[in-house]
Amino acid sequence: MSLLEVDGLTTAFQTSSGQVTAVEDISFSLDKGEILGIVGESGSGKSVTALAIMGLLPKPPARILGGAIRFEGQDLLRQSDRSMRRMRGPGMAMVFQEPMTSLNPVFTIGDQIIETIRAHETISSRDSFKRAVDILARVGIPSPDKRMSDYPHQLSGGQRQRVMLAIALVCRPKLLIADEPTTALDVTIQAQILDLLMDLRDEFGMAIMLITHNMGVIAETADRVMVMYAGRVVEQAPVARLFDAPLHPYTRGLLACVPTLDQDTDRLVAIPGSLPEPARRPPGCRFSVRCPLVVPACSDAIPPLAGVEPGHAAACIRIGETA
Amino acid sequence: MPALLKAEGLVKHYDVETGGFLRRSRVPLRAVDGVDLEIQPGETLGLVGESGCGKSTLGRVLIRLVPATAGYVEFDGADVLRLDPRALREVRRGMQIVFQDPFGALNPRMSVEETVMEPLLIHGARRSAETHAEVGRMLEMVGLPDSARHRFPHEFSGGQRQRVGIARALILRPKLVVLDEPVSALDVSVQAQIVNLLSDLQGELGLTYLFIAHDLGVVKHISTRVAVMYLGKVVEIGEKRALYAAPKHPYTQALLASVPVTHPSRRKRGGQARLAGDIPTALAPPSGCRFHTRCPHVMDVCRTEEPAMRAAGPDHQAACHLLPA
Repeated sequence: MSLLEVDGLTTAFQTSSGQVTAVEDISFSLDKGEILGIVGESGSGKSVTALAIMGLLPKPPARILGGAIRFEGQDLLRQSDRSMRRMRGPGMAMVFQEPMTSLNPVFTIGDQIIETIRAHETISSRDSFKRAVDILARVGIPSPDKRMSDYPHQLSGGQRQRVMLAIALVCRPKLLIADEPTTALDVTIQAQILDLLMDLRDEFGMAIMLITHNMGVIAETADRVMVMYAGRVVEQAPVARLFDAPLHPYTRGLLACVPTLDQDTDRLVAIPGSLPEPARRPPGCRFSVRCPLVVPACSDAIPPLAGVEPGHAAACIRIGETA
Repeated sequence: MPALLKAEGLVKHYDVETGGFLRRSRVPLRAVDGVDLEIQPGETLGLVGESGCGKSTLGRVLIRLVPATAGYVEFDGADVLRLDPRALREVRRGMQIVFQDPFGALNPRMSVEETVMEPLLIHGARRSAETHAEVGRMLEMVGLPDSARHRFPHEFSGGQRQRVGIARALILRPKLVVLDEPVSALDVSVQAQIVNLLSDLQGELGLTYLFIAHDLGVVKHISTRVAVMYLGKVVEIGEKRALYAAPKHPYTQALLASVPVTHPSRRKRGGQARLAGDIPTALAPPSGCRFHTRCPHVMDVCRTEEPAMRAAGPDHQAACHLLPA
């Protein structure tokens, strides 16, 4: 049994112009100790997927229209708020992109870590203080006992993200969801945080769902990758396979459009247009209006995710021709 | 050929209040702390560094968008920092800026036409048929349909808004454009469109760019030469291929080593030593070489003596004691 199984998840938001779907028919699984990279641009539905798993979607306006999310065999969509709260922390935890807005500015970081421990465990204040110092040391905060009484504004961006990780990890979660954890950070700090995530995975056997728009971060960390576009999964593959033989034209575009240090070209390969707004998605394949390989049949129906070999699937009617 | 823009000993300090309520004192934040720079006509100088290194401030001081504390800037023969307001306005035609955030940089109450036309009106044009036609030509150049002119910023995607920002900067036909993180806020699939557009416009209009960014891949792609900043100083500058192939300053080396790999088979986890710690505060930069607190090759001399720029190859200099003087 996988640690996490998402099966046909579909969610929607009620807006002034009617109901729009944020993610549609998303299915994937995640094993203990595995790092699943989820790639997509803004509006692709990757953060909504994460929030749905955590039970943190605001309802209303959000609604789960269908599907199941099973964590250690339990269907999370049928849990009460109370049992979801018990699950967060020791079961699963999440870190967000912007550590400044996720930390409470009027409490010390020590208070915020200890609050997390005491929400889940009956523990003496001396022991919880020690646990908090230990986890700060583990995520690489220098002189952690002194930093316990610091407020978030006294820390740098990289240190705030480490504190966020400390809060997420202090109850030893089995699953960590990291939503663009390094996007707001400089490359030198990003490298430190990614190394740390992988060390923690090795040490605790934690599974990580790493959400990013950066293919380099995926290349550096993920075991398997899921590519999302406009609310749907367009490709899933083991990481080496995705970089060696991407099948979906969107994945190929994403890999080609980012200038890298080892290439020396005059022009970048751009994907024309931009991501469609949820209310203005084209019929059929949602990438069709930007796709270099588009044929009239692309508009007929949404292409299903079809496997080409074990673990590698893509949602494109032309994969037979392009593979 | 004389440089289009030349800066010598450029300094920008911000006064910052520190201390508690009763022990308040003012301390200079050394955002730009002695920069010498030349930009040749027609080239793109890339300016990279971590957040807080002073790269955006440098870009603004160079075109006198914020006043300098000390130093000298010459643009197209004019002493920029000492011009009177009238003369400055005339010189400003020649140097424009594009900002990072296409959501914050455009006035939400102004239509695209008003936004793009405004610089012309400020510089004395009338709302004539010719002015309207000029806006149309500019919109076409940046790849926006003519129907865009009567629409408002919120109706556009991030990439299209950045096109409006570029049109506004270019309508005065400047010689130098400061591009301050122009693609950082955009989705990756849209970034390439804007980078290609900037390259095309540079060719068509003979523009000179100062391209400020933290993305080393984008900077390598678009630049002719690249300057690396650390804590208010330029620590290395050179022709881009030389600098990326053989970086001389340990900071540049660490920066390049931190960029994620392009293929999973080349993962370098645990391989190279990562740069430890954070960038120190610009309120009290370290003595000697400012990088010595994080440098893997630190020597005694680095702690006391600030290294001067030294030649590291043809069109390549770095400020490091490891290089022969």
